[in-house]
Amino acid sequence: MKQKTKISAEDGKQELVITREFDLPLELLFKAYAESEIVEQWMGTKVLKLENKKHGSYQFETSDAQGNVVFKANGVIHEFSPNQKITRTFEMENAPFDAQIEYLEFEQLTDDTSKLKMHIVYRSVAFRDQMMQMGFAPGINMAHNRLQAIVTKLK
Amino acid sequence: MNLRRDVFQAISDPTRRAILLLVASQSMTAGAIASNFDTARPTVSKHLQILTECELLEQKQNGRENYYHINAKKMKEVADFIEPFRKMWDDRFNKLEAIMKNHKTKQ
Repeated sequence: MKQKTKISAEDGKQELVITREFDLPLELLFKAYAESEIVEQWMGTKVLKLENKKHGSYQFETSDAQGNVVFKANGVIHEFSPNQKITRTFEMENAPFDAQIEYLEFEQLTDDTSKLKMHIVYRSVAFRDQMMQMGFAPGINMAHNRLQAIVTKLK
Repeated sequence: MNLRRDVFQAISDPTRRAILLLVASQSMTAGAIASNFDTARPTVSKHLQILTECELLEQKQNGRENYYHINAKKMKEVADFIEPFRKMWDDRFNKLEAIMKNHKTKQ
């Protein structure tokens, strides 16, 4: 089966590119990033704040099955162009890592398909490698199991 | 390779990843690590045990205290293998796709 999600991370560089083609019209793909209730569902995190505008900011908080907060992240939005582009920073709270910058570009392929290109730049090569090592995502994958549960429920 | 699979199993847990993040910058005692989580202390101990068994964490005695630190060599082994990272994103985007398809039919 063709891999839908591709990662490009060249050795010795402090950036990586994630690309993914979706069986979704561009507007629906973008909506999944724009509306906090939907972000909460697929990212498996609580969205405390999401101001989708230039100079806006966002805050995520993830709890485990017992309700303990295991992860907090925040960032500011530098650009928010509907159906085109989001530029934002991302920083984990209580973690010894500096903020990273993320460029998300949305593209229409056909009426029913679209593409997302996520370009992430880290402070250093070592930091990028560490983020990949830990399976860490610029978004949140902390509540992976909970996310699984939501989707199973949807089916 | 059983060992490799175990390592990825170890880092698949959110609390364990959070622990690795914490310890990445400096070695810490079990108590100091636990104080960063609302989770019960025995649960954190269990996570530390799993991470140590997978050799992602190492323990070093310093005076009376036992310090945990990252095993860089083992972490490098994980880094050489990009697939789990890709898979994690793939799973997440699959969910996004499933949710939005559902969203579309609801409208």
